[in-house]
Amino acid sequence: MELKEKIVSSYVAFENKVDVNSNIHKIRAKAFHQFENLGFPTKKLEAWKYTSLKSVLKEDFTLFNTNEKAIEFADVKEYFLNDVDTYKIVFVDGKYSSFLSETTHDGIDVCLLSSALTRSKHKPVIENYFNKIAKQDNMTALNTAFANEGAYIYIPKNVEVEKPVQIIYFSTGSVNAALLQPRNLVVTEENAHIQIIERHQNLSENAVLTNAVTEIFAGRNATVDFYKIQNDTNTASLVDNTYVDQKTGSVCSMHTFSFGGKIVRNNLNFYQNGEHMDSILKGVTILESKQHVDHHTLVHHIAPNCESHQDYKGIYDGRSTGVFNGKVIVNKEAQKTNAYQQNNNVLISDKATVNAKPQLEIFADDVKCSHGCTIGQLDSDALFYMQQRGIPKKEARALLMYAFSNTVLESVKIPQLKARINKLIAQKLGVNLGFDL
Amino acid sequence: MLKIENLHAGIEDREILKGINLQINAGEVHAIMGPNGAGKSTLASVVAGSEVYEVSKGTVELDGEDLLDLAPEERAHKGVFLSFQYPVEIPGVSVTNFIKTAINENRKAQGLEDMPAKEMLKKIRAMSELLEIDRKFLSRSLNEGFSGGEKKRNEIFQMAMLEPKIAILDETDSGLDIDALRIVANGVNKLKSENNAVLVITHYQRLLDYIKPDFVHVLYNGKIVKSGDASLALELEEKGYDWIKEEVSS
Repeated sequence: MELKEKIVSSYVAFENKVDVNSNIHKIRAKAFHQFENLGFPTKKLEAWKYTSLKSVLKEDFTLFNTNEKAIEFADVKEYFLNDVDTYKIVFVDGKYSSFLSETTHDGIDVCLLSSALTRSKHKPVIENYFNKIAKQDNMTALNTAFANEGAYIYIPKNVEVEKPVQIIYFSTGSVNAALLQPRNLVVTEENAHIQIIERHQNLSENAVLTNAVTEIFAGRNATVDFYKIQNDTNTASLVDNTYVDQKTGSVCSMHTFSFGGKIVRNNLNFYQNGEHMDSILKGVTILESKQHVDHHTLVHHIAPNCESHQDYKGIYDGRSTGVFNGKVIVNKEAQKTNAYQQNNNVLISDKATVNAKPQLEIFADDVKCSHGCTIGQLDSDALFYMQQRGIPKKEARALLMYAFSNTVLESVKIPQLKARINKLIAQKLGVNLGFDL
Repeated sequence: MLKIENLHAGIEDREILKGINLQINAGEVHAIMGPNGAGKSTLASVVAGSEVYEVSKGTVELDGEDLLDLAPEERAHKGVFLSFQYPVEIPGVSVTNFIKTAINENRKAQGLEDMPAKEMLKKIRAMSELLEIDRKFLSRSLNEGFSGGEKKRNEIFQMAMLEPKIAILDETDSGLDIDALRIVANGVNKLKSENNAVLVITHYQRLLDYIKPDFVHVLYNGKIVKSGDASLALELEEKGYDWIKEEVSS
């Protein structure tokens, strides 16, 4: 049976487990019909021209994993940031792990979506925000249809949360092929501030497809810094659908570090519903073998006097493939917009491929929109310079790649995270440079 | 120490070096002068191992060991240093981290452990004082936004840290004002010993007022056409290169 049919026929089983009379379920049921109509995206869709899920969807996925597999902290410690105090929301095979988590309701809510959906205390927030900006395209509709579990973060007015939140999804390989559909909701009210680090990690060689949806709401003058670490096994695929709604004066940044996985598709959408705000979208992608990453970004400038900054760096080795599709829409009313988009790629091997597609749709006449896109090789003069100082070619190349990625790395605000990313890059490049950059 | 015999090199079909012979002994300072396009920088790059140029004939030896089959970093490990005419910018890598990496890679090649942090710090401090380099300068990204003079001073700082056997200074004087020139030259002179040698490549005599050469060679059209002592540099400064060209063609 094809995966779509399997999903459709299993919906009754899902409905047996949730409150079908709730408002939430009306949303789910609607999305379910949407998915029934749309099905999975194919390369015939313009938005999926360069990314095919075919090789992933052929797996015999277990939709509702009932196998419990306990994991010890020691086994997964390396995937956490440990040298900084954080809240943690951790899931194992789609189920919340209270043992690995550290949640709170003390002034803020850092907890589970499943409990937020059912407890009356959270009802106003859920009613105001849940599924309010997620666009119900193929994959988001599929997620919404089954939306029940994930991270729920609510930061009330004027609260600056010092501790970052780590959201980690582990899969243990307890089934041959797992389909995971986490749903995250992040609401930051006026003047609030939160930092979030998210990671999906397969602990086995079994297949995993994660279809995640995250909705982020930044109130007036709120600050949200979000970091995604994508360094999964070559058997794990991810479709990440993230929607950010910003109000006047807010600043939201999204850093995406894509270092691994079979197929990774990032649908990152920013909607600027207000004035004088800044949206920052940055990414470093370092791939090898047959890995594939597709960055599909949208920044929608709706009101005047706003800025957006996009900076994506890609380094591709082996037969890896990368896509950057960056769309910027500037509405007629959005005068004085300053939209900046930069996408630079380095091809290490002649078998690697990058498809870059900047799309600017500008309807206002007094705006500053710039975009630049390059595809090239590492600078041989710079390599020679470093080799001349006694640095072997491999290390010299690594240093150059660091230098190339630096404009993205330098804006990571959590020092321990920055150190971790540097370490991951060094590991990825197979070098030990002996210092933190 | 450095022995170059009948060296021919070029890019694709174009021969730039057409039979260079040069011997530099320990403790000596040599200068190579010549008009633009004579092949001065090519010679420096070929000795350092640039892959841009192809060597078609001849040998380059350091202490009797053939250099031409070695990768640039292996030549560096043997003690070859090139101060670049156009140093490369490396954003995100500080001067300090770059030199630490370079020193420890050199030590690794010699089978030594990393230099202890304390010793490294002491050396960095001593050498930056010698070259009158500000502490803040050391934490800046390598060559990024440096003035011409800062880049050259940074090259000599790296030379001082790496202590090469043979240092080739390619147009180190270009972009330097007179104060910086004095500081750089003073650094080179202080580091000069009986165990190392310096090859200064320059278009002008100016730098040679401060770094006194034992030998001056004139490179023209890919060959060394004249050699002499320091007075040759003064003669060139006074008369230009035209008389050399005439002498060669007659």
